Amino acid sequence: MDILAQSVTSGVLLGLILALSAAGLTLIWGVMDIVNFAHGDFLMLGMYGTFFAWSILGLDPLVALPGVVIALAAVGVVVYATIIRPVLRGSVLAQIFATFGLGILLRGLAQFFFSPAFRQVGETASSGIVAAGPVSVGREQVVAAAGALIVSLLLFAILDRTTLGTALRATAEDRTAAELMGIDSARMFALAWALGAGCVGAAGALLAIYFPIFPDVGATFGLLAFVTVALGGFGSVTGAVFAGILIGVVVNLAGVLVDPSYKFAIAYALYLVVLSIRPQGLLGRA
Amino acid sequence: MRKKLAAILAAALAITGCVQPGPVGSAGSASPPSASTAFPKEVLIGAVYPLTGSQAPTGLDLKNGIDLAVELINSGKTDFDLPLVKDGGGLKSLGGAKLKIVYGDSQADPQKGQSETERLITSEKVTAMLGAYNSAVTATASQAAERLGTPFVNPESSSPTLVTNGYKWFFRSTPDDSMFAENFFQFLDDAAKKFPGKVAKKVAILHTDDLFGSDVNKFSRQFAQQYGYEVATDAAYKANTPDLTSEIQRLKASGAGILIEASYLPDATLAIKGLKQQDVNFQGILGMDAGFVDTKFIPNVGKDAEGLISREVWAKDLAAKKPLVKQVNDLFKSRYGTDMNGTSARSFTGVFVLADAINRAVSLEPGKIQAALRKTDLKGAQIIMPWDGVSFDERGQNTKGRGIMVQVQKGEYVTVWPVDLASKELVWPVPEWSKR
Repeated sequence: MDILAQSVTSGVLLGLILALSAAGLTLIWGVMDIVNFAHGDFLMLGMYGTFFAWSILGLDPLVALPGVVIALAAVGVVVYATIIRPVLRGSVLAQIFATFGLGILLRGLAQFFFSPAFRQVGETASSGIVAAGPVSVGREQVVAAAGALIVSLLLFAILDRTTLGTALRATAEDRTAAELMGIDSARMFALAWALGAGCVGAAGALLAIYFPIFPDVGATFGLLAFVTVALGGFGSVTGAVFAGILIGVVVNLAGVLVDPSYKFAIAYALYLVVLSIRPQGLLGRA
Repeated sequence: MRKKLAAILAAALAITGCVQPGPVGSAGSASPPSASTAFPKEVLIGAVYPLTGSQAPTGLDLKNGIDLAVELINSGKTDFDLPLVKDGGGLKSLGGAKLKIVYGDSQADPQKGQSETERLITSEKVTAMLGAYNSAVTATASQAAERLGTPFVNPESSSPTLVTNGYKWFFRSTPDDSMFAENFFQFLDDAAKKFPGKVAKKVAILHTDDLFGSDVNKFSRQFAQQYGYEVATDAAYKANTPDLTSEIQRLKASGAGILIEASYLPDATLAIKGLKQQDVNFQGILGMDAGFVDTKFIPNVGKDAEGLISREVWAKDLAAKKPLVKQVNDLFKSRYGTDMNGTSARSFTGVFVLADAINRAVSLEPGKIQAALRKTDLKGAQIIMPWDGVSFDERGQNTKGRGIMVQVQKGEYVTVWPVDLASKELVWPVPEWSKR
């Protein structure tokens, strides 16, 4: 029983981070039907940004977070303007390979400039242990998960309660109708990239509190983000958050109840089963 | 024509006194070179290593170790208790001939390693080969040397399969991964003698699911049985995993007292943090090299690294019991600006193994060098490694090699095993996380 409580708690904490990074990915898809294969590498950039803010400027990751989010949002807009907008006129394949190539480029640049060495943020204000009954977890994980939850809620607020968010959702719903209503879709696309990249930047900053940082770190989380998005339903931000937590818990329970070697295989199997019953994902539009 | 020229040259050299006289006077010497044989001035040794590409930094370590060994052997230093070196330099039995290394660049690629080995043997006409660090490259390079009948000394590849091919020309001076796994249990037995009743018989194994981690698991299980330990559980994970919670819970549930872990740096860091956060305690955590000895490991893990133990091949604090280590390391540091490490120390040692054999062969004939290698018997005191010495079995494996165990004490790795080479006392068991 203790082991189950421990596993579920750790799963939820990991799931909230997955959820935030997946929310950014699904947002871009929802608005303009493009899968950003460089998403995991954006996460890597966010982690490095946080690391250097800590190691060079001495900033706590939580203090650095707003700056990292703004920087990544800017990266998102630049990528949209320089790479995505031109390939929108090309074939679907061109769109896929553009972001795929961007991811490889970012990884290569990180390897070149930051070296393949593993970095790690040392002791921060978040370091410590939180114990409650049979459950004992790192305070940094709790802080990171709480941060991810807050940023996710902020994203919901922006999408749901602001005029910009309404315009964004209108574009996602029906681009032509939205344009007829006077919404500039190019600006909405740029906004989607800014928000999407900003979210994954926040996830990177939070993850950097406790996870090692290296050029390929995006690959580890990128795949999980794609599965999370597909499970939650392409384009559904709520679905992505829900699926993120679900995957986190399933992975950990499978590790304890079955065998740790198969924990990801079981999570992916669950995803295939769900998709065979509901191809649009848990909360996706049919 | 060429022979004639060589004879004339040799005669000229002999007249001008450039060549030292050979051991002609030593009556009963196995096979003194006949007077008509000119001593070679240089003995060419081929060396294939990853000198460029992603592993170039390691290649440089290897090259530095080899270059320093050659310099010492050629120039001689009477205050260094190394074979050949203390006798004044050069290969004595070959008239003081000097060693010359001809490098080949493998770029850590098995195919390039093979073609470079062929080039060195056939075009550069090297007498013998050294190489090739990466086990996969050593496999192809040693195959080429085997085909061409050239002695091949491998100072630093640890894959157990390399000596299972029945090769006649392959000699490996480093211990392999299975011997290192056995060291864990020899270490635990010694710890149990020192701390009676305090060393558990139940071990758990946490390892990556790739070849390295699976081999560690396989050999640890094999030797656990042989040494009377029980493997309570093993947990495999994919390298760079985002989370180790369920693996750690499994280790905890097993009730094992000792953890053996084969991990790369990020996973090793994640595991130690996770063990602390979930308050899972072991009497000792034994890391299998890799991530645990990465220069970033202790800085990344911080004070939680205290008390961790790792298998290593070499450490500079071996100098505490072996003054020779300090002499060589000081010279190394003055040349190259860094301390020696397990990689450069082993390539350094490989040169001595080969030079000693060529000197005893009193010939550059491959067959005679091969026979001399078979009779190699270097003593522990003559090498800078923590080994009992160097001598090869019929597979070409050095049977006297062993690893060492290092423990983090006051933020630094210090040698705690084998007992006769330890610079500090072993701390056992390590305090529980909550009591630190």
